[in-house]
Amino acid sequence: MRTDLPGHRHEWLDDDAGPVVRPYTLTGGRVRPSADGFDLVAYVLAKPDPDLAAYPELHPEHRLLVELAGRGTPVVELAADLDLAVGVVRVLLGDLLSRGLVAVHQPPRATYLPDNDILKAVVDGLRAL
Amino acid sequence: MDSVRYDGERRGHRVPIALKILVAGGFGAGKTTLVSALSEVRPLQTEEILTGAGIDTDDLSGVETKSTTTVAMDFGRITINDDLQLYLFGTPGQDRFWFLWDELAFGALGAVVLADTRRLADCFPSIDYFEQRGIPFVVGVNCFDDSRRFSLEAVRRALDLDPDVPMVLCDARDRQSGKTVLISLVEHVARQRGEPVPTA
Repeated sequence: MRTDLPGHRHEWLDDDAGPVVRPYTLTGGRVRPSADGFDLVAYVLAKPDPDLAAYPELHPEHRLLVELAGRGTPVVELAADLDLAVGVVRVLLGDLLSRGLVAVHQPPRATYLPDNDILKAVVDGLRAL
Repeated sequence: MDSVRYDGERRGHRVPIALKILVAGGFGAGKTTLVSALSEVRPLQTEEILTGAGIDTDDLSGVETKSTTTVAMDFGRITINDDLQLYLFGTPGQDRFWFLWDELAFGALGAVVLADTRRLADCFPSIDYFEQRGIPFVVGVNCFDDSRRFSLEAVRRALDLDPDVPMVLCDARDRQSGKTVLISLVEHVARQRGEPVPTA
């Protein structure tokens, strides 16, 4: 959705900036998740057999996230699958995390990981592709 | 591996380690092409939201008149094995989206800077960015059909690159060529840690 801007021009908005959206409607205006730590490649894993009926306040998008995370999926892929901006998905994931419906596994910090075995596995794996 | 809240149990699921590699360079240098050539799935796209109101505030309610906009990020995946995946992220092409870079770069294994010899200066901001943050990178000199072939040494001089930084000629459309670039990056990371990966 591209809209003509009423009034003043916004510094971010021009033809290069992409469509203008109101994506945070879904989150009720919240732009910060309730928990930090949703790295783009953090794995989200849904609690097995979650009782979603106990949470009538959750949106359909929350429920889809739980479904998609059943097999363990990184944050960025969840966002792509739902076609939602990463920022929105983080807020929704925060809602799920605070209800214990998902777990989040952070990626290793590259400063001390991966160790040399992992790097070697990456090189070997790339050579074998 | 760190985990956040919940009981952290994996309950029979394997949670692979995901490593981030950034693909940077000027507009039109072949970032999306390289990610496409290497990804095992059709490259995916996601969006991050830019909002003047959102960057320093916690709540957008009451600011309905403020506009937001989005920036697309391309990414692709390479599965190394059951426990290890590489995620390739094409960095947004414009300098003003630097704050997206910061998030992408956090925890990244390293970066590939694609250089287009027709517009060499376009990759300067990327090189500066990774140098300043101490993120290991290699320079892939993308060989466009209609570009003059320069010697790698001439390009290295023009970029004023540290002699340790590997430079590789590549064709961003070609998977094998892209693999060579990634391998040189991972070997560079290992060398920097003083534990060179033995060549097979």
